[in-house]
Amino acid sequence: MPTTNSSLALAQVTVKHGLRDPIAAHAFDLLRAALPDAGVRSVQFVKAFVLEAPEAADAAARALREVFADPVSQACSVGSFPGETAAQIESGALVVSVTRLPGVMDPAESSCLRALAAAGIEASGVRAVRRYVVTADRLDEDALAAAARDCLANEVIEELRTGAAFDLRAVHPAPYHFERIEVALREADDATLAKISGDMCLSLTVLEMQAVRAYFQKEGREPTDVELETLAQTWSEHCKHKTLGGEVHFTGVGGERRYDNLLKETVFQVTQDLDREDCLSVFVDNAGVIAFDDEHGVCMKVETHNHPSAIEPYGGAGTGIGGVIRDILGTGLGAKPFLNTDVFCFAAPDMAPEDVPNGCLHPRRIMHGVIDGVRDYGNRMGIPTASGGLFFDDRYVGNPLVYCGTVGLIPRNMVEKAARPGDVIVAIGGRTGRDGIHGATFSSVELSEDSEMLSAGAVQIGNPIEEKRVLDALLVARDEGLLTAVTDCGAGGFSSAVGEMGELTGAVVHLDRAPLKYDGLTYSEIWISEAQERMVMSVAPEKVARVRAICEAEDVELTELGTFSDDGRLVLYYQGEKVADMPMSFLHDGVPRVAREAVWHAPEIAPFPWPEALTESSGAASGAASGGTSGTTLGDNLKAILSSWNVCSKEWVIRQYDHEVQGGSAIKPLVGVQGDGPGDATVACPIPGNPRGVAVACGMNPRLGDHDPYRMAMNAVDEALRNITAVGADPRRAALLDNFSWGNTSKPDRLGSIVLASEGLRDAALAYGTPFVSGKDSLNNEFQVGDRTIAIPPTLLVSAFCVVDDVRRCVTSDFKESGNRVYVVGVTRDQMGGSHLGLVRGVEGGEVPVVVPEESNAVFAAVHQAIEGGLVRACHDCSEGGLGVALAEMAFAGCVGVSAALVQVPFEDGGAAEGESNGACDAALLFSESPGRLVCEVRPADADAFEAALSGVPHATVGTVNDARRVTLTGLRGHPVLDEDIEDLRAAFTRPLAEGAVR
Amino acid sequence: MTGKAATLPKTATLKAAVVRTAGTNCDAETVYALERAGAAVDMVHLHSLMRAPEKLADYRIVVFPGGFTYGDDIASGVVFAVEMRERVLPELRRRLADGALVLGICNGFQILVRAGLLPDTDGRSNAAGLGQEASLQTNVSGRFECRWVRLEATTDRSVFLEKGQIIECPVAHMEGRFVTSEELRGQLAETGQLALRYTAADGGEAAYPDNPNGSRLAVAGICDPTGRVLGLMPHPERNVETWHHPHWTRGTAGGAGLSVFTRAVSAARGDR
Repeated sequence: MPTTNSSLALAQVTVKHGLRDPIAAHAFDLLRAALPDAGVRSVQFVKAFVLEAPEAADAAARALREVFADPVSQACSVGSFPGETAAQIESGALVVSVTRLPGVMDPAESSCLRALAAAGIEASGVRAVRRYVVTADRLDEDALAAAARDCLANEVIEELRTGAAFDLRAVHPAPYHFERIEVALREADDATLAKISGDMCLSLTVLEMQAVRAYFQKEGREPTDVELETLAQTWSEHCKHKTLGGEVHFTGVGGERRYDNLLKETVFQVTQDLDREDCLSVFVDNAGVIAFDDEHGVCMKVETHNHPSAIEPYGGAGTGIGGVIRDILGTGLGAKPFLNTDVFCFAAPDMAPEDVPNGCLHPRRIMHGVIDGVRDYGNRMGIPTASGGLFFDDRYVGNPLVYCGTVGLIPRNMVEKAARPGDVIVAIGGRTGRDGIHGATFSSVELSEDSEMLSAGAVQIGNPIEEKRVLDALLVARDEGLLTAVTDCGAGGFSSAVGEMGELTGAVVHLDRAPLKYDGLTYSEIWISEAQERMVMSVAPEKVARVRAICEAEDVELTELGTFSDDGRLVLYYQGEKVADMPMSFLHDGVPRVAREAVWHAPEIAPFPWPEALTESSGAASGAASGGTSGTTLGDNLKAILSSWNVCSKEWVIRQYDHEVQGGSAIKPLVGVQGDGPGDATVACPIPGNPRGVAVACGMNPRLGDHDPYRMAMNAVDEALRNITAVGADPRRAALLDNFSWGNTSKPDRLGSIVLASEGLRDAALAYGTPFVSGKDSLNNEFQVGDRTIAIPPTLLVSAFCVVDDVRRCVTSDFKESGNRVYVVGVTRDQMGGSHLGLVRGVEGGEVPVVVPEESNAVFAAVHQAIEGGLVRACHDCSEGGLGVALAEMAFAGCVGVSAALVQVPFEDGGAAEGESNGACDAALLFSESPGRLVCEVRPADADAFEAALSGVPHATVGTVNDARRVTLTGLRGHPVLDEDIEDLRAAFTRPLAEGAVR
Repeated sequence: MTGKAATLPKTATLKAAVVRTAGTNCDAETVYALERAGAAVDMVHLHSLMRAPEKLADYRIVVFPGGFTYGDDIASGVVFAVEMRERVLPELRRRLADGALVLGICNGFQILVRAGLLPDTDGRSNAAGLGQEASLQTNVSGRFECRWVRLEATTDRSVFLEKGQIIECPVAHMEGRFVTSEELRGQLAETGQLALRYTAADGGEAAYPDNPNGSRLAVAGICDPTGRVLGLMPHPERNVETWHHPHWTRGTAGGAGLSVFTRAVSAARGDR
């Protein structure tokens, strides 16, 4: 806050002339690309701090000398430009400055103030500014500002200014004067109800508004604004899952059927039916918990943060990971996170700018922002981000998907929780601000060209160090047995957290007690703000002092917001005046149920249009390649698939994440001699010195969903368990999570596909004996441009986690030694529907791969037994790109060659339509994406034992590992059909997302 | 902390402190590595040391572990170093004069450099922070880099290392490029204070990514003139188990990082 006698000064820092500045170099690359005709010659980066202090100029000079500037490598000055930049400004360089909008969280500000205080420099405020000094041949300020808007700043959260001068004044929010607000609802007609819902951004339907109206008519009073807001948050799709937990009437494939509660009768039902002993907590808490050992459980949660990431990718993704970490902290009485996962879906990063609809950020920019956001949050939290994936489809252009997951360890006696009447409602962590207002309701609506403007308030910016402090304090309080319940403030903020914890008791909250980031928040805003890094705990009154002491030691702010009561009512006060008073029962059970129509008719599926060249299976392996996908040989197509966005190396992303922190990494996300082979699953040990670990993997293939959502779901489960099996974990001990991201499910065909996908999950889980323990859905992922709607492909992510008794028995996918035998286990069928061969050839058609769970079960169990017995040197699953990609990856990861005969591969004529050339089979054997298959490398000495372990399961030796560093295949007719240098395959795999390729 | 190791060699006599604060995140595995090496370890919050710096007298080894202290939003390690200046740093210097050892890993290294404890050619860090002689700057790649590296100990001055020793372990940092004046770098090379360098797999000169941050002379870690203070960017505490090494499934056992801690413990105990 400005004080009457404070002044302002600008402290500026830049890297000394002649020293390298990678941040400036990156900005230079971005501006050069954005302004190809401007002749950009240099970019200097200046870090500036606006300091507010009684004697600002003196304070700034001292701050630069003692805190802000690095004397070895940086030049600095107060007011003027530092070092070389002063001369550049003199000779006409342009300046663009970027700073956070007022009220937007900037973690740098609090750390600056802390450092200044420690150095004994008096200051009341600090604002950080990024400044770019640009020298160019042909550039004016407007063009620079336009380019900077595209690549250096995001005006949803930041303010961009041009010019060397910088106005230091900041806008301070006006103070708030309390006024209790009632909304006239009782006499409102339906049109007025709809208008109220729209004006207040409640996202409630007229039917729901009618239920609210009826309630308050009965009560004989008008609702307050905060009562309406509370109902809107609690009844939002995001919090209530009205669609998937709702009544559905389905017609189409498999005949008419009704569900009273779709999820309960499919996914949850299986978990109940399986009734597995090691499931400690399922579907009731923030995350599902299974047994780890006698003392600990392991829990996992995967969340989506799609809508915020579309608007502000960095903040959206960062708070996505921050939010799911809090889910784990808020599981039971608190779990300790030890692994993060991330799966992203984007449009192609090389999409032509003119193809990007108005109101969308370019997919490349979204990708960079999302990756940076997860990196900066996860790395600072000290939780390894070690598992995940990237998937590309142009239909994600308006709705990128960001799945963030966290795995945690919890003492088994801390799994149960319940707030008790009389317990104090304690909030800890970050202060409450205006950030993220209406996030829960925003996430439940479709985005459009105007979303960027309308929903800026729904974007949150994270402060990971605040959350790290909360984590440290919470776990101490948990271990001292001071808590009766804890949950996170996620969507809906305090309203959801207190509403959930007090559902069975009731709660009284004094909103004016919540510490605020700045003045001006109304009581409603305090109640529903989604400011990050806050947890709510329930603590017995006599234990609050100890919790407070723990929090003080960790520098965490603690507030007693109120108490849990015993009257089943939610009562809110502001400055002693009652602003809300409703029964919890109406809040949680008052939402009217709607029956929704769902329909799905199987689309006509044409046979896979085999390119003529590929059906000539006798074609010479060394046939002249014309490069890229126009190549005609199997080798060309293999390289094209390896280079496709979905399959290609994600090393550039993975290495930006600290996947080794906490010292538990046993099987890393990248494997092999050069650390560039893709692993199937990650394995981490959560307890130092203890080789018991947890394997984590996922399965997802939206390419199948357009054709057959049921099979897509089965395939996703199969893939997740296949990956778990490939590293040596026992798939029968795995637990699963489901995450649905779908289009607008008020459209019957979208809901129909979700019904089939749920049934697929149910059938797969039952057949494999693997329960779902947690899940989440994100609906309405459609983007409106004019009268055109872009709906995402139905995207079902299945995550699997599984306890591994001894990680020293695990295996990796890289081939190990020349001379070893290569086995294919499981049956290959001609099932090219949704295949990556089809993708790179630009063709559709072919049977969608069918999962045969009995077959897969037998394959997985046998391979697991063989790995347990130490009989397998390497194991890799066949997924995108089929056997061809699996062999290529195993070979270049191991820096060895492999020769194999396709005629040996166990094959069954699956869905090949009549009249197809038998010659297609070489390509089908190589590229079909049939599920339930694994490739194993076995020492000759172990071959008998391995085959004995696999008796009764389709398997065959297809070839051997050799020193030739080539992948050499012979076809069904015995001719060579593919012969590629592993370095060419490696290059095809690494090039697309390599450094610099996607700036 | 949630877990205790299965088996630990116990010697209650030698005490080590792992100093943490908000944003420290490699504390648990650093404690574990020290315990494996035979030390009795306390986790100590920086703020409690600021209130009572004399607590440091209890410890023969003081370790500053990795993390992002206070978010590293200004630059890595700055806030920690500033907080340490007035009371903790003078006490730490007294302990060093008394024969204690100090180790800084990753963010801890950044803190020691910021505080002037490394390379510390003339012992002149002061309360206004004017003793800083070197700096750890943004990686040449401009990105955070998490990858395994091969280190060679290039000094016989450091009690933590044996000259010629090879240690493989991961780096995970954004600001790890060692920067100092040409003159000082030459001096440090001569006095044996350039303690660790990145090498290629064949032992030759390391280019990116073997040298993950672009440090001149492939500097990965440095020591003070006494050899009793060591700072390094890579994480030896992340390679203390057989199954830590990325090639353990290929027959290369991990665990080489443990030697940094066992050598420290035996030196601090006075065995060497």
